[in-house]
Amino acid sequence: MGTQVFYFVATLSIIFSLMVIFAKNPIHSVLYLILTFFTFTVHYVLLNAQFLAVVNFIVYMGAIMVLFLFVLMLLNLNKETEPSKSPLIKIVGVIAGCCLVVTLIGSLKAATISSPLILKNPGLGLVENLGKELFGPFLLPFELSSLLLLAAMVGAVLLSKKDEVEA
Amino acid sequence: MDSGFVIEKFILVAVIFGISLLIAMYSTYAERKVAAFLQDRLGPDRAGPFGILQPLADGIKMFMKEEIIPTTSNKWLFIAGPGLALLCACIGTAVIPWGSPMVIGDRVIPLQVSDINVGVLYIFGVVSLGVYGVMIGGWASNNKYSLLSAIRAASQNISYEIAMGLSIIALLLMTNTLSLKEIVDQQHGWHWNVLYQPLGFLIFMVCSFAETNRAPFDLPECETELIGGYHTEYSSMKLGFYLFAEYINMFVSSAVMAALYWGGYNYPGMDWVAAHAGTTWAPLIGTAVFFAKIFAFIFFFMWVRWTIPRFRYDQLMNLGWKGLIPLAIANIIITGIVIAIIEKF
Repeated sequence: MGTQVFYFVATLSIIFSLMVIFAKNPIHSVLYLILTFFTFTVHYVLLNAQFLAVVNFIVYMGAIMVLFLFVLMLLNLNKETEPSKSPLIKIVGVIAGCCLVVTLIGSLKAATISSPLILKNPGLGLVENLGKELFGPFLLPFELSSLLLLAAMVGAVLLSKKDEVEA
Repeated sequence: MDSGFVIEKFILVAVIFGISLLIAMYSTYAERKVAAFLQDRLGPDRAGPFGILQPLADGIKMFMKEEIIPTTSNKWLFIAGPGLALLCACIGTAVIPWGSPMVIGDRVIPLQVSDINVGVLYIFGVVSLGVYGVMIGGWASNNKYSLLSAIRAASQNISYEIAMGLSIIALLLMTNTLSLKEIVDQQHGWHWNVLYQPLGFLIFMVCSFAETNRAPFDLPECETELIGGYHTEYSSMKLGFYLFAEYINMFVSSAVMAALYWGGYNYPGMDWVAAHAGTTWAPLIGTAVFFAKIFAFIFFFMWVRWTIPRFRYDQLMNLGWKGLIPLAIANIIITGIVIAIIEKF
């Protein structure tokens, strides 16, 4: 049953991600992206990583995508128009796309099916165990990454305030 | 999985869903009656005794009105908006513990649909998802005022979610669990969290007002600036869905506040009642107490709405970012220090 659910949800993920690219209206793109993230949440639940699932739900679906939608609505890209690009950019795009396809085919040919990873502790994704891991063996990287995020936040605020300081 | 389990969950879900809708219906009536009481009027009193059939009349009116979908709107999203709003409002009830387990014969029936170990975070996720209904509906209407309202709703929700999450973190430092059921059980015997976390509760409550778009934070529906807000273009039952979603949100957030901070289904003298009433009926009394607390909160929501005028938008943002967030962080630090001292000695 688990495998069938996985294949079903995985198919949905792929369909929605493709719709993100093919939707002409940017707002529709964002909405499909939200659906894609929702299928990811289901994947996390299937992997018994409940904390990750809920955090993905809150942070990506509930906060970041709201901001995406917010910005797009402010830009008011209602019309299904795309700025026309010059032929040079189109040619560059085709060449880059072909290179990517060749690379992908090459790497796929070289790839072998890896043996499935079996966790020593299947309950690792539960909040309690995850917290103990994060604040135990991984305390230093955890705190460093939080510092990094803080620095990025301060930088972003400074950049947006730049004009005001000069004036 | 035995069939009894499926049947009892199905019945529980159906009952909770029915009760949510019923409470939402009668909240509209209560809102008018409370408003009338606060303004020294009579309120609706024509349909049935004391106007008790008024919600029914309103419902029929909603269904009978002409359904209008603006030609310039995005049709599918226009329909999806109110549906999403109502869906997000309803699924929040799944993790709320309505009472202690009920014993019928030799079956123990938990009065909670699902006791997941990330219950608090689930509620949080549902709350953060709720804004999509408003945003999609507002954008799909293709109306400047609706769009402005949708954008307001989004920024307001994002801003107040942060303070809300921070106020919950202080609570979780004390409870050591994310399961709502365990949090309620820990409050047994006057250990109500509001006594330990008064500041946290105050922040949480203010944020709930903002998250449910209730006055004094109902800027997305500010009539004087935005006509009707995000539901300007809506008519008939689609408008009804939006209104319903607001009242169900109010019910769910009242239930969450009562469960997290006010002891849920715990009440003084509970053990005495449990010993005398038996294990079948005592949980139901607890549930009744829980609902009494919820109704008190719903009344409080209405009381505030008809007392405090609407905030200005910059005041709303200032309160959220410069008032509540620093306060919530201070609350976390104080709670952490106190817990560290208590554990040390």
